[in-house]
Amino acid sequence: MRETVQVLLGTKKGAFVLESDAARTAWDLRGPYCETWPINHVIADPATGALYGAGGNAWFGPAVWRSTDGGTTWTHSSRGLAYAAGEAPVASVWSLAAGHGRLYAGVEPAGLFVSDDAGESWTHVEGLQRTPSRPEWNPGGAGLILHSLVLHPDDPKQIWVGISAAGVFHTADGGETWEPRNRGTRADFMPEGQNYPEHGQCVHCLVMAPGKPERLYQQNHCGMYRSDDGGRSWASVEKGLPSSFGFPAAVHPRDPERLFLVPLNGDTAGRYMPDAQAAVWRTEDGGGAWTAAREGLPQRNAFFNVLRQALATDRLAPAGVYFGTGSGEVYASRDEGGAWTRIAEHLPTISSVETFVARG
Amino acid sequence: MGDAFPRPVCVRLPALFDALFPGVERRLELEAATVAELVDALEARWPGMRDRICDSRPQIRKHINVFVDGRRVRLDAALLPGADVFILTAISGG
Repeated sequence: MRETVQVLLGTKKGAFVLESDAARTAWDLRGPYCETWPINHVIADPATGALYGAGGNAWFGPAVWRSTDGGTTWTHSSRGLAYAAGEAPVASVWSLAAGHGRLYAGVEPAGLFVSDDAGESWTHVEGLQRTPSRPEWNPGGAGLILHSLVLHPDDPKQIWVGISAAGVFHTADGGETWEPRNRGTRADFMPEGQNYPEHGQCVHCLVMAPGKPERLYQQNHCGMYRSDDGGRSWASVEKGLPSSFGFPAAVHPRDPERLFLVPLNGDTAGRYMPDAQAAVWRTEDGGGAWTAAREGLPQRNAFFNVLRQALATDRLAPAGVYFGTGSGEVYASRDEGGAWTRIAEHLPTISSVETFVARG
Repeated sequence: MGDAFPRPVCVRLPALFDALFPGVERRLELEAATVAELVDALEARWPGMRDRICDSRPQIRKHINVFVDGRRVRLDAALLPGADVFILTAISGG
C-alpha cells in the first residue's frame, strides 16, 4: 500500500504541509494555509485524517481551522471557544490533541476546551479553572499558555497538561478535578530554598512514551526530566546534555526508552544552538546517556532556535525525525535522527511540527 | 422599537471576510438600532462572524474598528436610520 508522509507546520504566518512518499527523499511544500493567521499547532487526527490548525489572529481572535481534504480547503470555528463574559478573553489557541473521538484545545490564557463535533463547536473544561492554585499561576515569556496536551491512550478520563509557567497538571476524572504533578522539577528562578514548589514550574514540553503511559518526559526551562509514575515524581535526566535549557522533546514512535531533544545554549545566553553548532540529542536508555547527531546540520554560525512544539517523529520504520527552526528551516532525518537534510527554508518562524502518514 | 419601525443601515465588511466567510456580501443593508444589534444580525446571517468582530467580554476586538458616519464607536452605540457603518481591520501585525 502506498504511504504518504505529511509534515505539518504551524508558523507565525500560516500553516504549511511538506509531503513525500515513504522514501522521504523528495519533499513538496504546500501552503500557506489558514489565511496566513499565526498558527501555533497543526495536527492530523489519525482516526479520520482531518487536519486541524490552532491559532489566533490579531484582528479576528482565536480559532481552530479544519481541513478534510488534506489541506486544500479549510474552514474555521471558535463557537464556544470562549471564557465567560467579563473575563479576559481567549487570545489564541496553542495546542491540539485528538483521541477517543474527541478533539481538545489548549488556549491562552491557560484553559482547556473540548469538541465532540470535530471542531465545529467547543465546550470549556471548567474544572481546570477550579484548581486551587489557579489564582497563583503566572505567565511565562510567551504568556500563560496551555501548550502541552497529553491524552492517555486507553483511559479517556486521564489527561496531562503543561502550562507555562504553572507546571504539569493531571486529571483522572475527565477534567473535573486536577492535581499538580511537578515533584522533583526545579524552579531555578525562585528564591533559594523555594526551588521545588508544588506548582509554578516552567514546563516547556511534555510527552508520553509509546506503549508506556506512566512514562513521561518533560523539557523544562530548568532541566530535563523523566517520570515513571505518570508525573507524580520526576527525576533529572539532564546529565550529559550540553545545557539544561531547551524547548521541545519528541518520543520515538515505538521505543519508550528513546527520546529526541534540541537543547539550546541557555535561557540568558541567546537561546540558540550551543556554540552555534546545531545538534539533535538522542538517548536510547530513557535519558541515562545522550549522544549528539550533527551530520547534515550546520556546524558554524547556527544562531537559530527550535520552539516547544517544533520537533516530531513519524511512525515509519526506520522512524523519521523532523524539526523546524525559528528562522524558517525544516530539517529531516529518515534514519532515526542520525543524518539530517534541510527539506525547507525561507519559511516564517516555525511554531510547530507534527507528522501524519496517510495510506491509500 | 426596532421591530415596529425598521431602521435599515448600510454596513460594509472587511475585505478579509471574503476568505473567512465564502460568499459573504461585503456591502449590505440591515435593520439594527445599535452596533450590538448589527453584530447580532450579521451573526444570524453568517454564523461565526460575531467572534471575528467581537471578543467574549464582549467588546469590539482591539484591532477591529467600527466607524459610524465617520466616527469610531463601541458596541453600545446607537444607529440612526440610514447610518453608514464601516467595519475595518486596523493596522496590525509584523
